[in-house]
Amino acid sequence: MSDHVVSPKLYSAVFAALLLLTLTTVWAAGQDFGAYNTVVAVGIAITKATLVILFFMHVRWAGKLVQLFVASGFIWLVILIAITLADYVSRGWSLTQ
Amino acid sequence: MSAVSTPREPQIPKEHYLNAGYGVKSWLLTTDHKRIAILYLASVTFMFFLGGLYAAAIRLELVTPPGDLVLSETYNKLFTGHGVLMVFFFMIPTIPAVLGNFLIPLMVGAKDLAFPRINLLSWYCYVVGAGLVLVALVEGGLDTGWTFYTPYSTSFSNSNVILAGLGIFAAGFSSILTGLNFIVTIHKMRAPGLTWFRLPLFVWAHYATSIIQILGTPVIAVTVLLVAVERTFKFGFFDPARGGDPILFQHLFWFYSHPAVYIMILPAMGVISELVTCFSRKKIFGYSFIAASSLAIAVLSFLVWAHHMFVSGLSVYASLIFSALSFLVAIPSAIKVFNWTATLYRGSVSWQTPMLYAIGFIGLFVIGGLTGLFLAAIGLDVHVTDTYFIVAHFHYVMVGSVVMAYMGGLHFWWPKITGRLYPEWWARVSAAIIFIGFNLTFFPQFVLGYLGMPRRYHYYPPEFQVLNVMSSAGASILAVGYFIPMVYFTWSMRYGKVAPANPWPATGLEWQTASPPPTENFAVTPTVTEEVYDYTKPPKEPVFV
Amino acid sequence: MSNAHSSVLRHHFASLAQQKDASSLGMWTFLVQEIMFFGGLFLVYTVYRHQYYDVFAACSHHLDWKLGAANTAVLIFSSLTMAMAVHAAALGQRKATALWLVLTILLGGVFLGVKTVEYKEKFEAHLVPGPHFLAPTEAAHELKIDASQAGQAQLYFSLYFAMTGLHALHMVIGIPILAALAWKAWAGAYGASYHTPVEMTGLYWHFVDIVWIFLFPLLYLIGHH
Repeated sequence: MSDHVVSPKLYSAVFAALLLLTLTTVWAAGQDFGAYNTVVAVGIAITKATLVILFFMHVRWAGKLVQLFVASGFIWLVILIAITLADYVSRGWSLTQ
Repeated sequence: MSAVSTPREPQIPKEHYLNAGYGVKSWLLTTDHKRIAILYLASVTFMFFLGGLYAAAIRLELVTPPGDLVLSETYNKLFTGHGVLMVFFFMIPTIPAVLGNFLIPLMVGAKDLAFPRINLLSWYCYVVGAGLVLVALVEGGLDTGWTFYTPYSTSFSNSNVILAGLGIFAAGFSSILTGLNFIVTIHKMRAPGLTWFRLPLFVWAHYATSIIQILGTPVIAVTVLLVAVERTFKFGFFDPARGGDPILFQHLFWFYSHPAVYIMILPAMGVISELVTCFSRKKIFGYSFIAASSLAIAVLSFLVWAHHMFVSGLSVYASLIFSALSFLVAIPSAIKVFNWTATLYRGSVSWQTPMLYAIGFIGLFVIGGLTGLFLAAIGLDVHVTDTYFIVAHFHYVMVGSVVMAYMGGLHFWWPKITGRLYPEWWARVSAAIIFIGFNLTFFPQFVLGYLGMPRRYHYYPPEFQVLNVMSSAGASILAVGYFIPMVYFTWSMRYGKVAPANPWPATGLEWQTASPPPTENFAVTPTVTEEVYDYTKPPKEPVFV
Repeated sequence: MSNAHSSVLRHHFASLAQQKDASSLGMWTFLVQEIMFFGGLFLVYTVYRHQYYDVFAACSHHLDWKLGAANTAVLIFSSLTMAMAVHAAALGQRKATALWLVLTILLGGVFLGVKTVEYKEKFEAHLVPGPHFLAPTEAAHELKIDASQAGQAQLYFSLYFAMTGLHALHMVIGIPILAALAWKAWAGAYGASYHTPVEMTGLYWHFVDIVWIFLFPLLYLIGHH
């Protein structure tokens, strides 16, 4: 694990980006992207999370092992949600009566 | 200086981890992984005994067709208590928390695990969890089945669901902390020269197990909290009346509980790899395949959970995919069985007690695993779901495999843990009694299930009685088989023959230090220069000051 | 600094570097399991939003998105101050470290204060799921849904309270830890050669921020178009 000292300038830039993306997500919520509404919202959130992970949490400068662990966590979350949804999507009937 | 040729009478070392401090505080506040392993040993044995009492009550009731020993409501509490105690407080923790805790630092040449205080915390979490569940069981019991299906557990059961749920939450946290400790230790604390492919397969197995513990346990933790919140605050996550879906609970529950069974079996397989190689005096066949198969099982185990839900309303397409994936996950397990068998071939096989358990494991695991494949086939599964076929299947893999492996490991490493030898004759007799008792208990249950006897019922048609009586008779023999080792292990701690540092002898760093080991494990941090399981050379004389 | 070395190096580690590596990997492993812990709730959310989108959108409108957005900014700001605290610790600036940590605590307190206001409003509006939830006809009127969908509205608010509640609990746990760190930092416990606890707590705090980054759009901004 590197003892990398990150410059406050970089932190501030990331902070500004995160605020900007927050405003963007509020703006985007007011737009109608049709089927892509959720994709846009989640996509912006993923971008923000990535900035926090890479820069605030120093993963940008961390070893491959840490990067593998981080990736695995999110992959497993995707497995949980995607495969469960596969049941709901393939049922042919919805919970609304 | 003559070294190996003149045998000396082994002596208990003057200072070791067991006499490195006396008194309750030195045990309850210890951070020594070996002492924590002993604390776990005592706790899990106690919980196993309690779970066994529940089993005895169940088998007693099932001797006769009518439900004449207990009421149905009580019977629900019996099989629930048995399941909860055995699954969460014995099967999942035992091999990692007892053998893993004791051996992993030794096997990697370290002084302790990465986080000794977190190790102690994990034991306290276990104890708190056990306490909560025991209170729940005593104060009226739990009647939902260990699977807690909603909406019964959330909306209708009048039993101590919340208390038991919190107990399971605590036990889950214990499991997570253990897994966390193992992962970091194996990555960061290996001795110089100990590369990944020189690690004992026991370590690989626990690494893979820890992956499952980290990724799976939190899901059941949050699920149990949701059930508790729904019962307490009447939130409606799984309440059909408010649009909730009980099947969602099943997805959440089995997302953990299927990988959980691999938390149970992977450490057992790790033990078997150690036993088979030592008692064949031969490097294990296909070392890297066995290591890789452990990781493959850890990953694949997360993709198959809905094979517990084939009759819950899954679509044909979803069922097909889960069925195919369930067949796939059997492959790495089979690879291990082939490799163990190939190790025996042209090995110099001896039949000490640990090896008896190992061979028993291989046979019974083949039966348990194959019947698992039968169940992966949807057509057959639909026919035998919720029957005794399922009960027999999982007892073959849990009891016939995991418990046998644990017994084998306990015997194998007992000299290291206590500095004493167990009595070999009694041990072999018990192994035989366990093997016979186990098969007599559970093989008839395959037949019963196939013929249609449902599980979780305490009355059954009279034509099933003969098989049930066989099963109950087997259970009493099995109980005797488990009781005898408790006696001679306890006896051996005081009166057993003093063990040499490496009695078998076996390869591995844990055998290169005294029996019992000193608190800091090694006087000098070892440097590893040899490949793993090198049985071609005579054993090194253990070096300690 | 060798005194500091020997007192912080635990006996089972061969070096401070190994200890730091282990601590870091340990915290990341813990955070991975936290992803799955919150993940279970995100699964429940995903399933029910997928099934009951219209009701979820209607209920989401009832949340004050401006408060939510402000709170998001507050928490992101607290992540900045946390990162600055780690930075100051790495440079051995004990006073700055303590002050950045205190600022982080204050911002966390603001966040929790806003959440308390929001929860109070829900409580008074009878939007806490369970026996005191609005009756179906009232729910229909208040939330602009059909009376038959009142149960599904309860599902939405169950998720709202469960997810933000679990998140808030993580902050409630984090703040005393930050306070202890600030105290020790002021006393000079951390410097260039050893500031692991500050870094590890930083990782935890950033994780809590990330959870909120997802919660905000998913709970507050459904169907605003």
